[in-house]
Amino acid sequence: MHMHFAGIDIGSRTIELVVLDEAGNIVSSLQADTGFDPMEEARNLIDGTRYDRIMATGYGRNLFEISFDASTVTEIKAHARGSRSYFPDAQTVLDIGGQDSKAIALFENGKVKKFEMNDRCAAGTGKFLEIMARTLGFDLEDFGKEALSVEKDLNISSMCTVFAESEVTSLIAKGKSRQEIARGLHASVIRRAAAMINRVSSEGDIVFTGGVAKNPCMCTLLERKLGRRILTPDDPQSVGALGAALLAQEE
Amino acid sequence: MTENYRAMWKDLGLDLEAHDGLLAVLGEAYQDIYLSQKNRPAGMGYFDFVMSEVHGLRIKELLDEKKAGRKIIGSYCVFVPEEIALAANATLVGLCSGADFAMEEVERILPRNTCALIKSSFGFKLGKVCPYLESADMIVGENTCDGKKKAYESLSDLVKNLYVMDLPQVKSDHGKALLKAEYNRFRKAVEGLTGIPVSDKSLKQAIRTVNAKRTAIHRLSALRKADPAPISGLDALLANQVFFYDNPERFTESVHKICDELENRIAEKNGVFPENTPRILVSGCPQAVPNWKLPFIVESSGAVIVGEESCVGERGTRNLTDETGETIEQMMDAIADRYFQVDCAIFTPNPDRLKHIQEMVAAYNADGVIHYGLQFCQPYLMESMPVEKAMEDANIPCLRIETDYSMEDVGQLKTRIEAFIEQLR
Repeated sequence: MHMHFAGIDIGSRTIELVVLDEAGNIVSSLQADTGFDPMEEARNLIDGTRYDRIMATGYGRNLFEISFDASTVTEIKAHARGSRSYFPDAQTVLDIGGQDSKAIALFENGKVKKFEMNDRCAAGTGKFLEIMARTLGFDLEDFGKEALSVEKDLNISSMCTVFAESEVTSLIAKGKSRQEIARGLHASVIRRAAAMINRVSSEGDIVFTGGVAKNPCMCTLLERKLGRRILTPDDPQSVGALGAALLAQEE
Repeated sequence: MTENYRAMWKDLGLDLEAHDGLLAVLGEAYQDIYLSQKNRPAGMGYFDFVMSEVHGLRIKELLDEKKAGRKIIGSYCVFVPEEIALAANATLVGLCSGADFAMEEVERILPRNTCALIKSSFGFKLGKVCPYLESADMIVGENTCDGKKKAYESLSDLVKNLYVMDLPQVKSDHGKALLKAEYNRFRKAVEGLTGIPVSDKSLKQAIRTVNAKRTAIHRLSALRKADPAPISGLDALLANQVFFYDNPERFTESVHKICDELENRIAEKNGVFPENTPRILVSGCPQAVPNWKLPFIVESSGAVIVGEESCVGERGTRNLTDETGETIEQMMDAIADRYFQVDCAIFTPNPDRLKHIQEMVAAYNADGVIHYGLQFCQPYLMESMPVEKAMEDANIPCLRIETDYSMEDVGQLKTRIEAFIEQLR
């Protein structure tokens, strides 16, 4: 019987589960919305999944550790490890998830050297973009594409989700283009992310993970802003879970 | 509480209902944070008792001292010399500033972007829940940061016995002369309060008493160098916090007792955490009772705190006052010399602090430094940047934390601190 190793990333918006075989191949990769009962959702995901060891990450990791037989790791280390499996030489990782964002610098051997993380509020996170997309009447999936369809961005000065929303409302009232407002909002998140990256590392490629990495406008604007290559894994949302699974295997 | 103190609290003018609420929260926090720790030194029982009686028996003792003719002086800062208070027949106590209280009322008097420590000191007054403050015959404010010095202007409307001490901001000859002059002015004020002049004999005895307290804490600190750590950072912080409240002689004796026990533990390699647990030095703003937020997160995330580069910690207790002076003038000079070395971030420039952090990292064999900054505390937050830079240059991992007394950021702090500890492994 071959051993299977699982990683589960219980984030604020979604839960990802990745299972690896002994060779490190992905056997299964599942996702669910976190909802209001994350442990129930997590249980649904792991029911029927065969694994020998599981490691939890994400903000729900400690609750999961108590409810299930698991070890835990922070999102920071998990994303660092997961990013390395896609890009073995990566030394900078940007993860923007549902309610927080992190910039991580790695040593050559992959260990975490330094990190920055947003504090407290949802400014500059997936949640910010989600609320703004809704305010502008875009589907989240199309938000980045629509923003990329124009060249001009309207300056949005507020990073606070609540204040930015009223800024957007007043721009709409002035008859401004939805797409240009959208681009301005992306640019404001990028300014914050770029500042965070610059505090931990100044050169080299950047691996972009987390749900927000699926947004093409974010990738394009970030690349332009920093003049550094942005590398995006196939499934950026599951990088944390993958990292946790790899760490479970290496434990 | 082992005795019924309600009449005493009522006489002091406390808001009994609010005070009950405070004690209930404090008791619960103490249970969850302190009493849940495993394998604590037995000597911590004394500090548990002190904490359980912090608003009870200790206040009764102070009121008994008052009846016997002593005066009580409350202070908010390590620059207020306990030696002078003791020498003039007064007892110095630290005043409550480690928890949010009556915040709505506080924010009617102070701007919202005032640090939690200053707001807390106002909250305890406005909420009428600090028996130390209400027992005090004199409350000493001191011109440290801008926030505090302006806040004392407003505090003077709330308390009738506020005395404000000026402090230098530069370590120059002028600065030292100012400190000496201010300490002499303070001595006169305390003498005026108690009606008892400081004598060469009483001053010498007071210096010895306070030095003995510091020496006991130095001994405790030195024992924290051992791996496995014989005492948790939480418990050592508590001893440093009780330093400001307790009867000096009894405190000294109790700390030595715990040190005897810790020496045995070290010999037996009996630690509170396993050997090779990541070791952290906390540096920055003071952590006043009951502010145990940071050490609780750190020590429930798999690391141990081995030192506090802080006012409630080595910044406050470092250096003894020279005991060899014979005249009052010589001893007053020695007191000023000792306090002038305190490396508070209100000084500009303040290179000693950086040096001390590096020395402490080496002495306590710390694997990393967490810089603890209270939100809106400009002096320490400003210094946190060069501290981080200096640590990086010396290849010492450093995490800058900026927080307050609320619990809303605990989840994110825990993630950051756990990730930092992963870095140290």
